[in-house]
Amino acid sequence: MSNDKKELAVAALENGTVIDHIPSKALFKVVKLLGLENVDTHLTIGNNLPSKRMGSKGIIKIADVTIPEDIINRIAIIAPGAKVNIIRDFEVVAKRPVELADTLIGVVKCSNPKCITNNEPMRTRFEVVDRDNVTIRCHYCGKTVNSSDARIC
Amino acid sequence: MNSKSLVSIDDISKDEILELIEKAKYFEENPNLKVLDGKVVATLFFEPSTRTRLSFETAVNRLGGRVIGFSDASTSSSAKGETLKDTIKMVSNYADLIVMRHHLEGAARYATEVTDVPIINAGDGSNQHPSQTMLDLYSISKTQGKLNDLTISMVGDLKYGRTVHSLLMAMRYFNPTFNFVACEELQMPAEYKKFCDIHGIRYNEYKDFSPEVINSSDILYMTRVQRERFTDIMEYEKVKNLYTLRNSMLADAKPNLRVLHPLPRINEIDQDVDDNPKAYYFDQARNGLFARQAIICRALGIDPEKK
Repeated sequence: MSNDKKELAVAALENGTVIDHIPSKALFKVVKLLGLENVDTHLTIGNNLPSKRMGSKGIIKIADVTIPEDIINRIAIIAPGAKVNIIRDFEVVAKRPVELADTLIGVVKCSNPKCITNNEPMRTRFEVVDRDNVTIRCHYCGKTVNSSDARIC
Repeated sequence: MNSKSLVSIDDISKDEILELIEKAKYFEENPNLKVLDGKVVATLFFEPSTRTRLSFETAVNRLGGRVIGFSDASTSSSAKGETLKDTIKMVSNYADLIVMRHHLEGAARYATEVTDVPIINAGDGSNQHPSQTMLDLYSISKTQGKLNDLTISMVGDLKYGRTVHSLLMAMRYFNPTFNFVACEELQMPAEYKKFCDIHGIRYNEYKDFSPEVINSSDILYMTRVQRERFTDIMEYEKVKNLYTLRNSMLADAKPNLRVLHPLPRINEIDQDVDDNPKAYYFDQARNGLFARQAIICRALGIDPEKK
């Protein structure tokens, strides 16, 4: 593959946000979680791209949009190793890993069908009980879920 | 959450547990005190539970308070599709305290977030039932004269039984030794064994309900093995009588041993145990009244000894 074609595949951003190092399996969950189907600026979504560290990864480039930190940190539950790059005039002006908050409100659904959150018009709330394995616990029914099994609201 | 609510036994400290036991003892000596004069307590039973409701309502009545509420969701507006939030907000206008039972897990916790009126959880699905745990603790304390350093054998359904899970967690302050006696399908879940490991609680697991287990125990906590818990009905038929306590099995038990059961019992305790002085399950249910009187007064910030 020539260099030109490589650049085409992953176009550079003038301004916006790049989310890199998303596990391939989590990519479309991330898209849903951030509500990217409603973005009307240039949006590039790549998946199953080669990665030295991860083997295979996904990447999302969103032009002209800076997603607030607290919103973007929500993806930590499904993509804990993801990196966020903020781009201004083709330069990376900020680069940081996503950070898992202590409490997740309205991010993931409880997997317990008998949980009150699945039966009332209310927001879910989870507390992180194990950061290493990204295990979260429902504030209401007490059910614990591993992040890989978490369903997005 | 308003701090006077009681949703889970985990919400209260060791000191508060001991305080509630002291108060339950006081109410046992003085069951009829008019300390709730002028107070209205709502008992909202979205799921029927006659035993628990009668116990709470008796507690309020003996303390001179008044009770409003319903005993079945079909007679409440939730049958019309009203949200729990709206029901709780509406009742909050009338009552000083809400005692609620709900079939959905987490319902009581959510209720504390939509009202300033204290909530007492009288059971939310298979999640929490803290007043049962308090009456168990009171029963253990009363029969043993202490809570510390006891050997407690839990028998029957240790997988789904919320009473054994809550009791296990509440006992963490009191250096217990547990024997878990259950068939393969109903073993104590890994998360509770991990809880024991983290808190340095000793436990042994058995599949046989043996004399060795019974004779080393201070408390035998029996639970019901329910048919609907089994995926394989043959398995149920095989184990249903393995965890039945009979009077003859208590012959060499310690003199201080008492048999507890959250009730209703089916066949896991033979009728011939009932007349043994070690059978304590009916007194245990009676203790529920005093434990609930103590819980109600805590929720309303009333000290019965100062009234």
